[in-house]
Amino acid sequence: MTKREEQYDVIVIGGGHAGTEAALASARMGCQTLLVTHNIETIGQMSCNPAIGGIGKSHLVKEIDAMGGAMAMAADQGGIQFRVLNSRKGPAVRATRAQADRTLYKAAIRSLVENQENLQLFQHGVDDLIIHNDVIGGVITQSGLKFYAPAVILTTGTFLGGKVHVGDTNYAAGRAGDPPAVTLAQRLRELSLRVGRLKTGTPPRIDGRTIDYTKLTVQPGDTPTPVFSFVGDVEMHPKQVNCHITFTNQFTHEIINSALHLSPMYNGNIDSTGPRYCPSIEDKVTRFAERKQHQIFIEPEGLHTHEVYPNGISTSLPYEVQKKFVQSICGFENAHITRPGYAIEYDFFDPRDLQASLQTKAIEGLYFAGQINGTTGYEEAAAQGLVAGINAARQIKQQDPWIPKRSDAYIGVMIDDLVTRGTLEPYRMFTSRAEFRLILRQDNADLRLTEIAHRLGCLSEYQWNRFAKKRDALEKQTLRLQNAYLHPNNIDVNLSNDVLGAELKHEYSLYELLRRPEVSLDKLQLLSSEDLSDISPIIGEQLEIQAKYAGYIARQNEQVERMSKQEDVKLPNDINYAAVIGLSNEAKQKLSEIRPITIGQAARISGITPSTISLLLVHLKANFSEKKSA
Amino acid sequence: MPILEPQQKEPICALATPAGRGALAIVRLSGENVLEIAGKVTNKKLTPRIATYTNFLDRNKENIDSGIVIYFQAPASFTAEDMIEFYCHGNSIVVDLLLKTLCEHGARLANPGEFSLRAFQNNKINLAQAEAIADLINCTTEQGVRTACRSLQGEFSNQVNKILENLIHIRMNIEAHLDFPDEDIDVKRIKVIKDNLENLNHNLDKLFQTAQQGERLQTGASVAIAGKPNAGKSSLLNSLAKSEIAIVTNIPGTTRDPLVADVNINGIAVRLIDTAGIHDTENEIEKLGIERAQKNIKQADIILWLSDVNQMHHMNDMPHDLDKSKVVHVYNKIDLVNSNKDEDKVKGVTYLSVKTGRGMEDLIEKISEKLIGQPQGDTPFLARRRHLNSLQQAKENISNAQNCLADFGELELAAEDLRIAQQSLGEITGEFSSDELLGRIFSEFCIGK
Repeated sequence: MTKREEQYDVIVIGGGHAGTEAALASARMGCQTLLVTHNIETIGQMSCNPAIGGIGKSHLVKEIDAMGGAMAMAADQGGIQFRVLNSRKGPAVRATRAQADRTLYKAAIRSLVENQENLQLFQHGVDDLIIHNDVIGGVITQSGLKFYAPAVILTTGTFLGGKVHVGDTNYAAGRAGDPPAVTLAQRLRELSLRVGRLKTGTPPRIDGRTIDYTKLTVQPGDTPTPVFSFVGDVEMHPKQVNCHITFTNQFTHEIINSALHLSPMYNGNIDSTGPRYCPSIEDKVTRFAERKQHQIFIEPEGLHTHEVYPNGISTSLPYEVQKKFVQSICGFENAHITRPGYAIEYDFFDPRDLQASLQTKAIEGLYFAGQINGTTGYEEAAAQGLVAGINAARQIKQQDPWIPKRSDAYIGVMIDDLVTRGTLEPYRMFTSRAEFRLILRQDNADLRLTEIAHRLGCLSEYQWNRFAKKRDALEKQTLRLQNAYLHPNNIDVNLSNDVLGAELKHEYSLYELLRRPEVSLDKLQLLSSEDLSDISPIIGEQLEIQAKYAGYIARQNEQVERMSKQEDVKLPNDINYAAVIGLSNEAKQKLSEIRPITIGQAARISGITPSTISLLLVHLKANFSEKKSA
Repeated sequence: MPILEPQQKEPICALATPAGRGALAIVRLSGENVLEIAGKVTNKKLTPRIATYTNFLDRNKENIDSGIVIYFQAPASFTAEDMIEFYCHGNSIVVDLLLKTLCEHGARLANPGEFSLRAFQNNKINLAQAEAIADLINCTTEQGVRTACRSLQGEFSNQVNKILENLIHIRMNIEAHLDFPDEDIDVKRIKVIKDNLENLNHNLDKLFQTAQQGERLQTGASVAIAGKPNAGKSSLLNSLAKSEIAIVTNIPGTTRDPLVADVNINGIAVRLIDTAGIHDTENEIEKLGIERAQKNIKQADIILWLSDVNQMHHMNDMPHDLDKSKVVHVYNKIDLVNSNKDEDKVKGVTYLSVKTGRGMEDLIEKISEKLIGQPQGDTPFLARRRHLNSLQQAKENISNAQNCLADFGELELAAEDLRIAQQSLGEITGEFSSDELLGRIFSEFCIGK
């Protein structure tokens, strides 16, 4: 067959956080990739608040970065304020957050996309998919243009059947100011995929010149300034600015309460589910009526705009009410709203209809990533985009999909949660979702994933070399600390008691001493004749964390080991659960619906008991033996 | 299709013979490291296929029982894994202690049909038996579920759930600290969390003790027969042991215990211990015997204090430091008393004659009443060894969490210990997902800017 001009390996629909990571990953892996978006100008757009990272989320960003992805780098280039959250708590729950200048962030992503080899852009809305015998063949644009590819990744965010609500008016839109993808939504609803509706919301944006900042609490960034990417640098950061904090008050709440009947969420216009952790101000005032105030976090939209994003008052009340309650807030007395807040409802597809590769079970070669799968957040979307991009590329190369385990990465936790348990509300990452939280840290995302990325071929040479150097230095210094000893006879007793908090009874290696909670490398230097000054801060931090967490890490590794025995037992695709002897009807139904790929995944389905797993193992064995003897 | 390689899995143990009385009981242990575990229990190096007579020791190296142990080296065993069989006396107390010890050394109690399942997976049972095993798993599971349901009704389940509820509440606060440090929410301060944990640990301790007592009803209680010399203690033991109530076994007295007998009283396994008569003496050997008797009396679940009704000065001969809630006061030798008028009898005391057998039924009623009535009016429940293990695990993890918070306020490490503690309790009550925990956080705190 001659190659047509419109023929690609991978086509990505959508230019948001999922779409760009998907297209970049597939192109990095050498696949001819086309990114189709209704508007090239909005590639890398932050539709919600202008921030990247946060707890749980920054773990995802660092993992994407460790896999060669774009998000952390763009955050370093567009970040106008950086903070480390939980800095006084343990390393496993520490997280990085960057406030981003929307324009700079978008520009950074656009530049990465435009300069990526094997990646082309095309501006057009997509109306239809080319599908033959449940196999994807390509896409058809609004004007009837056809592009062909054996792998298509759909990352349409909130655009599928999107409907914006402000007060009692509502209209179809993908987000405020952009058209929705209606035809495509209708076409997708014809496929045998379960579809649901979710909603999310935004606050009104405010002109910063009309805010009295003298009445607000200042929240500066951290010094020294944290860096997001493992290959990033503080030199990349633009000028740094402050955020501010204010609060709602009793008057605000009264205004909202008396206008509740005008809110589409309370008058019945919206009945889809919104995220519990990101409630509208209407919800907060109703559900937590006893609270006298709610915090508002004022995020700058960028360096070259006065517009701010008052995080914490997302609302779909009519504009007049929004204006009234905003102006009741301290510092906002004269505030001018530049864009009213709104709620948006959109289609999502039940992620239990996906394989863990993010390929749909129904259509071969069709992948879904991002909000279309019921998640929320840029980071969650980008992480799925990365996985879908990698797996689409692996499909082209006829390789097995890459499926990170729950013990490998937060990305693995998220995808396993989604495809195994589904979701009833927009899914967001939290550290408490990860049972292996102590080994899945943001500081070791590269140690966990970068070698894998290198093997998969989705990492630049530059990033690989940087990583290899770090890994080698860490190994070298670990060995060195394990072989440098401190003997009670060779040290100043008073000093050592002071440093170690107890008497040194016999000889210990420096590594063993580092395990003690009160001991740091700096303190060891006071005692040891070994010159530790050549240990870089990054390596030093890693050494301290690994030593201090050692006991817990060992225990979690044991659990991982135990779990992996179950993860290694694959469940065949064609298993007929109705024929498994002894299974309850509930178990049969759930297993047939979700079709877990391993015994481990089956065990995580809610309501699946250990005895069900035993019965499955028996069935598996019996079936296997039959086939072998036949 | 996946290939299931024969592999050594985590060690499991279970009673292989029917539960209840019998001359012998067989306890099986299968999986990785079982030789090491057996080494700790027997203090011997075992040779494959050789029957070795040995003592079975608990974690403190105290003797539990003696019997035969055989090591079946993989793959020449029922499960095709390394496997150990312990042949001990068919006594529920001994079996229970042995299983408990194996668990303490790293094994876990097997699930229904798990030995057969492993045998099947490792090609030790042929295909025709596959369905039978499926049926077995199913049927024993159903039974297990029914039994679990029964024992989970009432007080025990209420208490476990109460503790679980408190634990979830604490976890909710800690997780909110970890996941939402930037939010303006009223999370409990670390100091308060510490206090709550202290409380929780205390309640868990109480529940553990109660559960242990409950379990005793199923696996056996100890009854010490005590009193002054010649009150008729040995006769009473003989009488109880030789009566129609069925003897389980008769273990000859060790040096420590003059005489011990295991009997079944109204369906409860009871170990009777005859103790040395307590009185003032200068005889050194007798003194030692009395000291041991006093120790036995203290440790017993029930104390039968025997007095000679004809020796009026015996009437108030009970030591004051005995736990009165455990004591059944018995006046023996009523056959030697001339008048037997009811109005002369002291209230709450059991009158009997071991010699003629009069009043013995009353005594048996009293003993079982005492056992089932305990403790403090809590309804008796069947806490199985599995449940006790889970409670024990949870206790250890909660203590770890307390240490994490006490020393350096390592919140994320405490969180990890509490997560595991909840997993342990969840083995009794069912799973609780991280999503449900997040749900609690969101409904309790106003999260979201």
